[in-house]
Amino acid sequence: MRAIACSALLALAVTPALAQKQSPFAEYQRMANENSPIELFEILGEEAWKKRQGTKNVSLEQCDLGQGPGVLKGAYAGLPRYFADADRVMDLETRLLHCMMTLQGRSREEATKRVFGNADNPSEMALLSAYIARASNGMPMRPGSGHPKERATIELGQKLYFHRAGPWDFSCASCHGEEDKRIRMSELPVLYKPEHARPMLSTWPSYRVSTSVLVTLQWRMNDCYRQMRMPEPVYGSEATVALISFMTKAAEGATYRGPAIKR
Amino acid sequence: MNRTLILAAVALLAACAAAPTGTERPKATAGDLAQVTAVLKRDFRERGQAKMERVELDEVQRLCNMHADNPPAELARRAEEQQLKTIRFPQGSLIGDWKRGERIAQSGRGSMWSDKPGVQDGGSCYNCHQIQPRESAFGTLGPSLAGFGKLRGNSPEMQRYVYGRIYNSKAFNACSQMPRMGHAGTLNEQQIKDLVALLLDPASPVNQ
Repeated sequence: MRAIACSALLALAVTPALAQKQSPFAEYQRMANENSPIELFEILGEEAWKKRQGTKNVSLEQCDLGQGPGVLKGAYAGLPRYFADADRVMDLETRLLHCMMTLQGRSREEATKRVFGNADNPSEMALLSAYIARASNGMPMRPGSGHPKERATIELGQKLYFHRAGPWDFSCASCHGEEDKRIRMSELPVLYKPEHARPMLSTWPSYRVSTSVLVTLQWRMNDCYRQMRMPEPVYGSEATVALISFMTKAAEGATYRGPAIKR
Repeated sequence: MNRTLILAAVALLAACAAAPTGTERPKATAGDLAQVTAVLKRDFRERGQAKMERVELDEVQRLCNMHADNPPAELARRAEEQQLKTIRFPQGSLIGDWKRGERIAQSGRGSMWSDKPGVQDGGSCYNCHQIQPRESAFGTLGPSLAGFGKLRGNSPEMQRYVYGRIYNSKAFNACSQMPRMGHAGTLNEQQIKDLVALLLDPASPVNQ
């Protein structure tokens, strides 16, 4: 109860300050959102969801994303969460990979061969993410089910976020640790602070205008570690899910507004 | 607004401040570091030049992680002394070519799995610093270096300081956020001299 009252009060306290500080990029984002190719991606994502494939030649339509087999409404807003059948916490993409392997009988190697896509050809995973995320648009983000493994995953995510390593001594917080900072012209959100995490986490997956690519959170983790000069995180690994869980927890309560447009 | 309501709000905000947020940077224990390193070894794979040995922590990374980048003064001083020993200072003038230095400062390539080893790396300097005033797309994670040489001169001591700062920033501030560009093997001796020139050469646009 105290937590809820606190967040409400804090929201009241910070809103005017944030509104004053709103950057020119916010206006750009609003304008870009009005005509976007995302709807097309969602249609292609629906086709991918219903396409029969794998050794079992079935679609993903019976995949349980946390709200029951085949239930899409609100599923994305409830992720990441613990899944008993896999005995681990999963984000959307990790869960989709799990369904591809168990439901459709596809190998991990085949299903992860091309997870990120490019401007000419979005990946199956990105299209599916856009389609499924759309079904949570307008709903409050309430990740998790209260399982203790979710708590442990978020704690691991926090440790990873601040862990400096690699030849350039970087952690996530090297760039996303202080307010009002930029890399070149890009403003840097501090992703463990709710007022920063909410607008960011509630708009993934995203269509990036600068690269014309539909991108997902797993891609974001991968590309940050590339720029941190680290080795490559395995797609859907516990480390990536832990970071996504940690940041999504900070965004809890935000209204999901994606899939959206980013710079 | 109702006065009681304001008082209640103030009281509640005070309670909020006292509640643990869990969002500030935590200090890692030795156990935390072992856990995270084990997770990285399990969940990461080498790719291109980014080999798995990169997840191993060195002494100064360990120190900074365990003290949330704010170690006790004595430990910081000892770490800085140790880091200073890693710097190989060349003989003679340390001022190279500022024009080449500007190109190195502009380039954000280098040491990533997507970069070809052997192809000349950049320093990513503008990612974090303002440098010459005509480049307006600069980052703000590091301090502005505009007018650097004009303000400080270019004595041999100043050249040595700037060369050392770029080679291994941790020799001057144990938990500096700046990468150790020479120590990490991203920039070579000539490239660092060229960056020294960008900051210290009176002809460099930085000092105009």
